[in-house]
Amino acid sequence: MTADEATATAVPGEATATAAAPGQTKQHGHGAGANQSWWRSDASDYARRNLGLIGVLVALVVIGIITQPQLYSDATWVKNNTFTILQQASAIGVVTVGMTFVIIGGGIDLSVGAIMALAGVWATTLATQSYGAGGMIFTGLVVGLGVGLVNGVLISYGRLVPFIATLAMMVAARGLAAEISNKQTQVSTSQFINDLASAKLLGIPVLVVILVAVGALGWVLLNRTTFGRRTVAVGGNVEAARLAGINVKAHTLMLYALSGLCCGIGALMLTSQATSAQAAMANMYELDAIAAAIIGGTLLSGGRGTIVGALLGVLVFSTITNLFSINGLSTESQNMIKGAIIVAAVLIQQFRFNALTQFLSRNKAIRA
Amino acid sequence: MTKSFGRAAGSDLSRRRLLLGAGALGAGALLTACTSNDASPQEAQTKGADSGNPNAAAGKKVTIGFSAPAADHGWIAAITNNAKAQAAAYSDVELKIVEAGADAAAQRAALQTLVGQKPDVIVVLPHDGKELNAFGLEAMKANIPVVNLDRAFPDALAYRLQIKGDNYGMGVSAGHYIGEQLKAKGVTNPVIGEIPGIDSLELTQERSAGFKASLATYGFSVARRLPAEFTADTGQRAAAQMLQALPKLDALWNHDDDQGIGVLAAIKQANRSEFFMVGGAGSKAAIEAIQADNSVLKATVTYSPSMASSAISLARLIGQSKGMSDLVELEVPKEITLASETITKENASNYLKLGF
Repeated sequence: MTADEATATAVPGEATATAAAPGQTKQHGHGAGANQSWWRSDASDYARRNLGLIGVLVALVVIGIITQPQLYSDATWVKNNTFTILQQASAIGVVTVGMTFVIIGGGIDLSVGAIMALAGVWATTLATQSYGAGGMIFTGLVVGLGVGLVNGVLISYGRLVPFIATLAMMVAARGLAAEISNKQTQVSTSQFINDLASAKLLGIPVLVVILVAVGALGWVLLNRTTFGRRTVAVGGNVEAARLAGINVKAHTLMLYALSGLCCGIGALMLTSQATSAQAAMANMYELDAIAAAIIGGTLLSGGRGTIVGALLGVLVFSTITNLFSINGLSTESQNMIKGAIIVAAVLIQQFRFNALTQFLSRNKAIRA
Repeated sequence: MTKSFGRAAGSDLSRRRLLLGAGALGAGALLTACTSNDASPQEAQTKGADSGNPNAAAGKKVTIGFSAPAADHGWIAAITNNAKAQAAAYSDVELKIVEAGADAAAQRAALQTLVGQKPDVIVVLPHDGKELNAFGLEAMKANIPVVNLDRAFPDALAYRLQIKGDNYGMGVSAGHYIGEQLKAKGVTNPVIGEIPGIDSLELTQERSAGFKASLATYGFSVARRLPAEFTADTGQRAAAQMLQALPKLDALWNHDDDQGIGVLAAIKQANRSEFFMVGGAGSKAAIEAIQADNSVLKATVTYSPSMASSAISLARLIGQSKGMSDLVELEVPKEITLASETITKENASNYLKLGF
């Protein structure tokens, strides 16, 4: 079913779930879906895609085991390596959750890397650091949220195209970050912030716990709240959403603020890992986040997507990086593989079973 | 905004607003206080007027035009700082700084306006030596001597003086230090890691080539090479992966001390200490860490931004048609390549004032 159909049927009542929970294969009771074959429903489509990504992850691990049997035979190493993969995915994962909301809501946020740099730099100025870890965390979050709000205002009320508004913010926020940091690398002297990257909670790295928590909150927000359903509605068909009584402008504003807040969290995580921040940090994170969301099944035109898929996308990229580095392969080939995966994911996204069946039946007709 | 929330919003809106308002006020108050970075002014690397040196005495007034790319990195920031400070140390030098803009084209445009102001000498650190070669030729043709700083113009006609660091030499110094240390420890088949900066840059390739060549003289080679991007967060990423890939490491060369902040963080996070690490460039933080000797960082090989100070001093001499007093020649030489020096715990105190 298309996104438009979904919103048109779901919005007026606001009771029917449009965004099906990932992993769920059972039919949802929305109007159109009930009459459709199982492979055309969104729910099973998401499930299939997520299973596909899990398959890719398993394949990557198998390749790792085959290429580095000695390393993988050590259980402690495997555990540490898994944590490394997850820790490296944590900051970008949090940002990807925000990005997924923005894209499902029909927008795009090109400024996430720049917001992270600004939040990271602002949180690590000498003046901020004098307030201690609490002041740094507060500043990071508020700067992220604030920049996100500015993006939102520009897009909803200034009527700027999201691509342009956030592109401008990408340049401006990096500029401001460079100005504030005086182009220096700002080292964090807060023991709390620096220890966060190696701290563990019940044996699990704190950064990974944060990622899981943000992911879980994002999942609930998208799938179990009015906010989530409105996001899908606005992204699927703005006009239908407006007619259904949704304040599209206010909602869009909140989506960009949410993305900004995620960037603030991500910036603090990255600052903790690098024990420092600088204007050039989180370079190109916007592309990584968009790519992860897309291979996770988020439709770039909005109206569809899942948090679980996006996070699996982040994990796939992080695992590829890990696989390449434990095998000592070049970053160039790694980038080529990443590119190929993005293309493949989008091709699969466009590829629908019904298209295949149509194609097959047409061919049959021709042959007959 | 309130209407659209319809059923969902209801009566808790006013409370939400109050919270938002209070939050925003608090945030504003704290944030405005948080942008200040003034506590430690950047100390520049300069050479003051030396009474024993006749060249230091005030002479003919020289106007020096200066252009370097906008700093996105501590090293470049130090270049401009040093140039300013060194010029200020001379009473007979007037420094005209032009912003180099975002790329080679912007820098060319900026330099053209500078030529129009007829400075006596121009000191330029180009975005890209090849792309700004033509500018060098043009300025030299207009009888303005050009001091080409660090990123080399390929054409010898394009500069009066070329003063640059030695990227290949950096690799050589790092390789020799690591080789000597491992030989002294009696390690026969060492596992050596390398974390370069942006891999597509020529300077990175030169550094790696020098490293490889000097390690080869000891019969050693690089086991794993994982590039970062000159930033602390990418340094952390590369190092975390490298430490996973190599459960046992003997030595590590990280090309850049700025990204080294992240590399050291990753090493600490992974709780590893069985190896020693050599840095690159010679930042103040790195020199201090070497002196304190409380981490795996045992040495760093210099690529010092003090070359900008030297470039200003030499530009002044060129403008005054003087030579370098220790040399026999009456004018400044045409090419100077700085040696990459190795900073260790033993000599760290001498270098502390040169750290940036």
